[in-house]
Amino acid sequence: MRYLCLIYDEEKKLAAMSKGEQDAFMGEYFAFTEDIKKSGHYVGGNALQPVHTATSVRLRGGKLSTTDGPFAETKEQLGGYYLIEAKDLNDALQVAAKIPSAKLGTVEVRPIQEFN
Amino acid sequence: MDVRAVIDEVYRTESRRVLATLIRLLGDFDRAEEALHDAFSAAIEQWPRDGVPASPRAWLVSAGRFRAIDALRRRARFDASLAALASELEGQTAAPVEWIGEDTLEDDRLRLVFTCCHPALQPDAQVALTLREVCGLTTEEIARAFLTAPRTVAQRIVRAKAKIRDARIPYQVPDRRELPDRLDAVLRVVYLVFNEGYSASSGATLTRHDVSGEAIRLGRLLVDLLPEPEAIGLLALMLLQESRRAARSADGEVVLLDAQDRSRWDHSLIAEGVRLVERALGSGPPGPYAVQAAIAAVHAEAATPDRTDWAQIVGLYDVLLRADASPVVELNRAAAVAMRDGPAAGLALIEGILARGELQDYQFAHSARADCCRRLGLVDEARAAYTRALDLARQEPERRFLERRLRELEM
Repeated sequence: MRYLCLIYDEEKKLAAMSKGEQDAFMGEYFAFTEDIKKSGHYVGGNALQPVHTATSVRLRGGKLSTTDGPFAETKEQLGGYYLIEAKDLNDALQVAAKIPSAKLGTVEVRPIQEFN
Repeated sequence: MDVRAVIDEVYRTESRRVLATLIRLLGDFDRAEEALHDAFSAAIEQWPRDGVPASPRAWLVSAGRFRAIDALRRRARFDASLAALASELEGQTAAPVEWIGEDTLEDDRLRLVFTCCHPALQPDAQVALTLREVCGLTTEEIARAFLTAPRTVAQRIVRAKAKIRDARIPYQVPDRRELPDRLDAVLRVVYLVFNEGYSASSGATLTRHDVSGEAIRLGRLLVDLLPEPEAIGLLALMLLQESRRAARSADGEVVLLDAQDRSRWDHSLIAEGVRLVERALGSGPPGPYAVQAAIAAVHAEAATPDRTDWAQIVGLYDVLLRADASPVVELNRAAAVAMRDGPAAGLALIEGILARGELQDYQFAHSARADCCRRLGLVDEARAAYTRALDLARQEPERRFLERRLRELEM
């Protein structure tokens, strides 16, 4: 079963890191990605640019509204994701707990809706 | 005994075990519940004719599984994916001895407990689901225990089952690494189940022995599986409370601790409880269950009420407040202070707690206040407080006890 791990970090906290800390953090991410490729959990994943680059669009009554910013202003922002293949929720939660951001922010785990 | 009475008895003692196994075999709570229902329908039909089978539990598991697969095949005419599921279910459970052996069935009960108490479910839903699925309480009974509407409980259960199915929460006992984290939720739920049986939420029966027995059995299983101090502490606490069961009511009337006939306490349960308390306290900093069990043990070891070591009990409540602060614990400490230092000291503490508001609707806060007032000769205040407690009391024996206290005030 596939799960999407949505990674929420506090951008301010990440920005406040020293260059050395940021490099170490990225290093953890590279190592983690390698690990879940080896274990067969990895399906895909990406980091996102900061939330100031976000644009939200809504179409209402045929009228397009485009606004600057994310869908919701929150303390922690969606900063990236992994799509993983896991046996069950426990397996998925164990993978998610090893995502480096789990220590700083929050990882939301959502099962993928399969249509057949 | 006629066959119908046998079936009722089997339902009472075996239906939850059968359900736990059917959930594993069928991979779905709702499907398993339907199968359980069908299995008992089949028993009502066949047992009077063919006799009661040698192992009713195994028979019911087989019958439930067979009927569930059969139902899937019938529905497969409208939904082709069900045919594959039916074949899969049939194929993976070919060896009956393996799936209905005694050990496997016990494992299934633990699987069910850990799944119902999975941290990915809302805490309220964990409790509701365990009481419903593991203990077989109705949504109405659960609602009364939680002072909430049956519809709310039903919704919690439906949502929890949907999450188990859709997010694929596995039906398993967590491995050693995960187990300690998962245990807290389970212990909390087990103790709530025990209390539901020990002080049934409303109606004419003061205790529902089988529900408490169920919690104690689960407690024992957990101690076997994971002898953590708090699991041991909880089992000790339940056994020590259980030991007073026979003495805590007489002719359907409530008998408080100080008035209980101590010769009617179950001394083998006390001995076992005390041994477990010592074991729980002997390993690391004491958790809330171990401390509560230690308090119960101090009561259990007093030969008469006036030989109770109240100083030690107050000290243990202080430890408990540090481990697990709550207004109810404060209230219990205040009642112990009333015994150690006299009713005036207790009353001052109780009034302070009531003034904060959290326990305004808690029956036992008002009855504890009433007891202090009564002992101080404050008849009017005692009467008002007993009356308030009576307004809040839902259990008949407790209501009669409070009515009796009110009558005694007028003498």
